[in-house]
Amino acid sequence: MEFNANIPEGPLDQKWTKHKTKIKLVNPANRRKYHVIIVGSGLAGGAAAASLAEMGYNVSCFCYQDSPRRAHSIAAQGGINASKNYQNDGDSTFRLFYDTVKGGDFRSREANVYRLAEVSGNIIDQCVAQGVPFAREYGGLLANRSFGGAQVSRTFYARGQTGQQLLLGAYQQLSRQIGLGQVKMYNRHEMLDVVLVDGHAKGIITRNLVDGKIERFAGDCVILATGGYGNAFFLSTNAQGCNVTAAFRAYRRGAGFANPCYTQIHPTCIPVHGDQQSKLTLMSESLRNDGRVWAPKDRETAKKIREGKMHPGDVPEDERDYYLERKYPSFGNLAPRDISSRAAKEACDDGRGIASTGLGVFLDFRDAIQRFGKDTIAERYGNLFDMYNRITGDDPYTTPMMIYPAVHYTMGGLWVDYNLESNLPGLFVAGEANFSDHGANRLGASALMQGLADGYFVLPYTVGNYLGTQGLAAAGKVTTDAPEFEQAESDVRAKIDKLLSIQGTESPRSFHKRLGDITWSKCGMARDKAGLEQAIVEIQALKKEFWENVKVVGDANEINQELERAGRVADFMDFGELMCRDALMREESCGGHFRVEHQYTEEDEIVQSGYLSPGEAKRHDDEFGFVGIWKFEGEDQVPSLHKEMLEYEEVKFATRSYK
Amino acid sequence: MKLHLKIWRQKNANNPGGFEGYDLDDVSEDSSFLEMLDILNEQLVDKGQSPVAFDHDCREGICGMCSMMINGHAHGPEKATTACQLHMRHFKDGDTITIEPWRAKAFPVQKDLIVDRTAFDGIIQAGGFITARTGSAQDANLTPIGKEVADKAMDAAACIGCGACVAACPNGSAMLFSGAKVTHLNSLPQGKAERDRRVLSVVHAMDDAGFGNCTNYGECQEACPKEIKLDVIAKMNRDYALASVRSFFSKAG
Ligand SMILES: Cc1cc2nc3c(=O)[nH]c(=O)nc-3n(C[C@H](O)[C@H](O)[C@H](O)COP(=O)(O)OP(=O)(O)OC[C@H]3O[C@@H](n4cnc5c(N)ncnc54)[C@H](O)[C@@H]3O)c2cc1C
Ligand code: SF4
Ligand code: FES
Repeated sequence: MEFNANIPEGPLDQKWTKHKTKIKLVNPANRRKYHVIIVGSGLAGGAAAASLAEMGYNVSCFCYQDSPRRAHSIAAQGGINASKNYQNDGDSTFRLFYDTVKGGDFRSREANVYRLAEVSGNIIDQCVAQGVPFAREYGGLLANRSFGGAQVSRTFYARGQTGQQLLLGAYQQLSRQIGLGQVKMYNRHEMLDVVLVDGHAKGIITRNLVDGKIERFAGDCVILATGGYGNAFFLSTNAQGCNVTAAFRAYRRGAGFANPCYTQIHPTCIPVHGDQQSKLTLMSESLRNDGRVWAPKDRETAKKIREGKMHPGDVPEDERDYYLERKYPSFGNLAPRDISSRAAKEACDDGRGIASTGLGVFLDFRDAIQRFGKDTIAERYGNLFDMYNRITGDDPYTTPMMIYPAVHYTMGGLWVDYNLESNLPGLFVAGEANFSDHGANRLGASALMQGLADGYFVLPYTVGNYLGTQGLAAAGKVTTDAPEFEQAESDVRAKIDKLLSIQGTESPRSFHKRLGDITWSKCGMARDKAGLEQAIVEIQALKKEFWENVKVVGDANEINQELERAGRVADFMDFGELMCRDALMREESCGGHFRVEHQYTEEDEIVQSGYLSPGEAKRHDDEFGFVGIWKFEGEDQVPSLHKEMLEYEEVKFATRSYK
Repeated sequence: MKLHLKIWRQKNANNPGGFEGYDLDDVSEDSSFLEMLDILNEQLVDKGQSPVAFDHDCREGICGMCSMMINGHAHGPEKATTACQLHMRHFKDGDTITIEPWRAKAFPVQKDLIVDRTAFDGIIQAGGFITARTGSAQDANLTPIGKEVADKAMDAAACIGCGACVAACPNGSAMLFSGAKVTHLNSLPQGKAERDRRVLSVVHAMDDAGFGNCTNYGECQEACPKEIKLDVIAKMNRDYALASVRSFFSKAG
């Protein structure tokens, strides 16, 4: 079968250990003969590049920014999970595993998630050894905080800059290897195609973003660690350059794309200010440790606040609806993201939203400041408060923050097996770019964990297994004069020439924005059949218009940010259609994928019994307990759907309740 | 609001550049500085002209990619704020704003406002790390590190590698950037073993890359969006002096 997950035999808690003892190794003296191509220098790519280079492989690493240190992992604020149980609050590998499977609404692969939990502790050890300055207690031990979807304190953090510090840790290890000549780093290079030789991934085509040169690189395998596709919605918390291009090019070459409709809408972002906006800014989930989320109970009060006729601080206690605490008493403000986001939308749809647009709710620190004092709160969240203040001009110490959900993370991605290898042999996918560990919803502080697990502790084994299986005779065999490189390069050139030749009237940014309007309104927080069908038609029309009327100024052989954007937007449009198709296919609600036709109502016994509130997502495990994998079938053809059935040995499908 | 912009335009590294003037209308106070440039660029594209090239990515003040002199200040006049986090409410209707690239010998201009900052990477490659092979680490809580030490390391580690310190320095010195990395790693017990090697390599790499000397202007500290303090330079100088002495005697001995 093409999409065989290759899960090792044996009990869940022994699979990884056994697998490691069985897989093929490459002799240290022979490793330098293999060339590993890694696209991406974020947590996943940076960690993999450093680790494989340390082992002796000859590595080339690529990123589109001017330095590997700027990958978007840098922006992660809140923290990274690990089941160290340093707080003695009952954490364990199993509990982290279970929370992640449950948080993912039972749509992830058990064996991968267990391994993730298993290596989580090693990540913290590794990062501390590198000098990552995690927060500490006065006694000198590591501090922890709580994140959504868990009842233990297992999140390690470095102020509000955890991603930055973890990435700098990986970047420094990578830099050391660059200095030693073990890694060749290609900054400002954008990968535009992957090259297959005899069905195996053996190289890439890139564009040098400084001089426009199209280059070929051949290797013994290719690792994609190119991050998520949140910018398919135009506005998201992703960096401006985040793209689906690398993953989508691989998809077009035959790699399966799994669960593209699973996107995470983060509940705590700064609301949209107007139509000149270019991105949305996240306010870390960690704020929900001390901030209380509420909306006015009364529509009139909300209206007054919107119109600036009332200060939110003047709303009396009994007129505030702390809706998360009300609906989910045992998790309260730390309910998982999908659930919190939908609850915010509900309040706003009910006419109780605040912010000038009516699309906002409060995150209030008044009580925490009273309880712990301003200094303690400043110590915990000072830099986040400052950031909020810079963007909005409001002071969160005295006026509650306004927040609204925004696209933040993409659980879908290229399909990979247990070894993180796609269905194309030799093509590995790591970090946010793969679909692997988070099912239909990711818990906070788990993406950093996954990226580093993939890069430090999984790929160094599984890549060696692939190379070892290919044998020494195959090392360095494929060179860039193979006809497949010729073909891929000419495809890339043709696309660039096409984009530059249209010379229409509308900018790539404008098309991007229009795409975002479609995807956000019809494939965002709530989806339904009619809307998705319409979205597909609209995207197809937009695509047609794009290829007739896009205007890309400048030349191909210089720094040309318009050309870069045009190429990314073109892929986002094709991809957006795929995303809607997947959402349409999945006739159920699960995690971040909410189909309004599929929710619990007062009619359901489980609601009557008080276990669930009406409006919660309704899964259909019998029909949809699978990973939906799409395969490209040709330009303008409907892609084919393949299924990896999810089999749970250790946990049982259950309806999530955070009540 | 209405603005008049004077922006440095330069086709590429080999061409000389110059200022061009642009008028811009209807900019919202809530827009960020880079969103204001987006609006300008959309208008330029509309007219078939080449948009202003500038570096940016995260737009939330952490990746260190955005880099421009705004009215003579690196990242603009607001304290502790990157260009992407600067908002138009800090400007007035009718203002003239001058925008230029970083200017330093070690950061050559590549196009318009984009410069080449790979010299910073070179400094880190030379010594800005702790050698910690993957898989070889001890348990994270085995060596307690006092909160004060950890906090001090974190203060220095907050550097985003933007290069504003270099751009603001009349000598084009990279002492604040390098000092921040040396302070971060040399303050921690994990960094002790390589302390001397680190500071010596970092300082040499800095000199080799064409960064200027530090003559205590202090402009770097003023410009730094992450409020890295001059203390890090003092610490690096101290560590450098000690390391030089130790290395002299170990060679002599
Ligand atoms: C604002 C924000 C806050 C977050 N906070 C948290 C948190 O607190 N905890 C948590 O666990 N997770 C958090 N996340 C999620 C987490 O940060 C990301 O999922 C994770 O860092 C992704 O890492 P990565 O290595 O997969 O990709 P990235 O770090 O995005 O790296 C992608 C790399 O690929 C390169 N690349 C991409 N496309 C191409 C191309 N076509 N050619 C060449 N190179 C390319 C880029 O240059 C970059 O080097 C947050 C995310 C955001 C956006
Ligand atoms: S020290 Fe400050 S100004 Fe210099 S690179 Fe770091 S953050 Fe930028
Ligand atoms: S764009 Fe990332 S710091 Fe400004």
